[in-house]
Amino acid sequence: MDVLGRYRNLIVLVGVLFAQVLGLAVQVKRTTDSEPTRLIRIWAIGAVTPLEKALVWTQTSCGNIWHNYFYLRGVRAENRSLKAQIERMSLEQVRMSQDADQARRLQALLAFKEQFISETMAAQVIGSSGSELSRSVYIDKGEKDGLKPDMAVITADGVVGKVLRVYRSTSLVLLIDDQTSGVGAILDKTRLQGIVRGTPSGEVVLEKVMSDETVPAGELVLTSGGDGIFPKGLLVGRVTKVTPGSELFLNIRVRPAADLSKLEEVLVVTKIDERRAEPDQTGAARAVDILAGRLPSVPSKPENAVKASVPGTVVPGTTAPGTAARGAAAPGAGKPGTVTTTVAPANSASDVKLKVALPQVSASGGASAVRKAPNAASLPSPASSPSPGAASGTSPAAASATKATGDVPIKVPPLKVSSVKVTPKPVTEAIEPKAQPPAGDSPH
Amino acid sequence: MAITYTSGEQVEVYRFSIPATVLIPLAAVFLQAWLPLRFPFFTIFDLPLLVVIGFATARRSPLAGLLTGSLIGILQDALTHHPIGLYGISKTVVGFGASSLGIKLDVENAGARFLLTIFFYVVHEIVYFMIARGLVGLRMAWSWPHEFLSGVANAVLGILVFMLLDRVKQRT
Repeated sequence: MDVLGRYRNLIVLVGVLFAQVLGLAVQVKRTTDSEPTRLIRIWAIGAVTPLEKALVWTQTSCGNIWHNYFYLRGVRAENRSLKAQIERMSLEQVRMSQDADQARRLQALLAFKEQFISETMAAQVIGSSGSELSRSVYIDKGEKDGLKPDMAVITADGVVGKVLRVYRSTSLVLLIDDQTSGVGAILDKTRLQGIVRGTPSGEVVLEKVMSDETVPAGELVLTSGGDGIFPKGLLVGRVTKVTPGSELFLNIRVRPAADLSKLEEVLVVTKIDERRAEPDQTGAARAVDILAGRLPSVPSKPENAVKASVPGTVVPGTTAPGTAARGAAAPGAGKPGTVTTTVAPANSASDVKLKVALPQVSASGGASAVRKAPNAASLPSPASSPSPGAASGTSPAAASATKATGDVPIKVPPLKVSSVKVTPKPVTEAIEPKAQPPAGDSPH
Repeated sequence: MAITYTSGEQVEVYRFSIPATVLIPLAAVFLQAWLPLRFPFFTIFDLPLLVVIGFATARRSPLAGLLTGSLIGILQDALTHHPIGLYGISKTVVGFGASSLGIKLDVENAGARFLLTIFFYVVHEIVYFMIARGLVGLRMAWSWPHEFLSGVANAVLGILVFMLLDRVKQRT
């Protein structure tokens, strides 16, 4: 008893330290799915964040009153300058929207999937972790506002971080300069991919770029979309210094585009849509698209279909000799510049459609039989190189669908394009029918 | 006054009122979380650590010192995204050490407090470094110049904080 009394303080110290080390070990051992310390964190945040919110609100209110009602010096001149800027940007926007339309059309042809930020929520930064080794901030939006972990947080300048923990009315955002963060990134010009990480000293580096690559300083770093958190194409920062790394990789320092040390307001990406790019139907359309839209739709595949046996009848998903699916300009289909073709109707099973993307097409005579083929049956436009699948004209999906149905014949009224004239150059030049290798002479 | 070796009976023992005991650590943690947003350089300071040292040296009770350090450290940990216990363990050690030293030494003057703060700041960082690297597996960079300069900066701020604490402490 005497010993216990004499070393009481030391025993308590060892006990407290042991308990904390044990707790720490449990937390390190456990996965993030079950968080045993959530209650402690909720209490701590509940004690601190109301003060922070009140202080930020007071500061913002005073700032707004001052800037909106008193300090209006130079506002007229600024207004004039902004109006002039809007006029300049409007002109630029017209040009850029045309470029964007063209890009969308090309992406649609290639069946690209894009990620779009469809919903964001503005949030105010109310506090930080207060530690050099934990680079994170608190925002004034939480679970009741619909926030969830792993949502991307951005500003107008660039990527900020991701939502790490969500509480009732606040959330913890892990910044990209923290050593435990990681952002899938791609270099703008060289298209090299890597991972953007923070370092213990607070710098941001791009890792996993091989040392035999050349990365110029000043190159932009964008999100690659590979991490599943940040949509592709957001600005992360700019390369400031490239040095050889200790291993096989380059040591690339990046300056974040967003000023992470002076964050006030951020945007939380609450919803990302993933959809195929489609050409803007409201803009200027090609004649062939308009014609395609006017065509009668093909009914869904009947169960007892009749096998195509006569010219102009085809099995769904397959192509008849000399059809548009075989390159739109079959040999002997007519004179150069004129496509006479019969197109298989859309396969209901695989939703195969055929799309002819030709420049300045003028159709005469009967309805132009144009369908869309997102998989591979589409004919490439002059701007896009034909893929092997496209050149052969039969999509794998379509072919498999045909096999699945057991080549059940179908009788479909032939949709005939009697004469579709291509003005600038013959289609046969734009789309070369791929020479079929002899049977049994597979390259592999 | 220089640091002098005194017996336990000769040194003054102080206490703090309950509101001060609760609100001062809370205010320290709050300011530590809020000020870096406006002044990014403030992350080199550790206000909660200064409060722990201030409380421990004034109370001169190792038990109270280690418990105060433990609670303030855990509160600080809860605001970070790291596991709880990193600051808790470091500040427990500092609280125990500062109060034990407070019994032995007279640390009422500014010079003694300055040196004491530098010493305990470095101890705090060493303990934190060891636990973070050895137990949690965080990548850490140790730099003696950085730690020493941060210790000096904290000691300067510490003198002001201890002066404020002197105003609220009560003689037992």
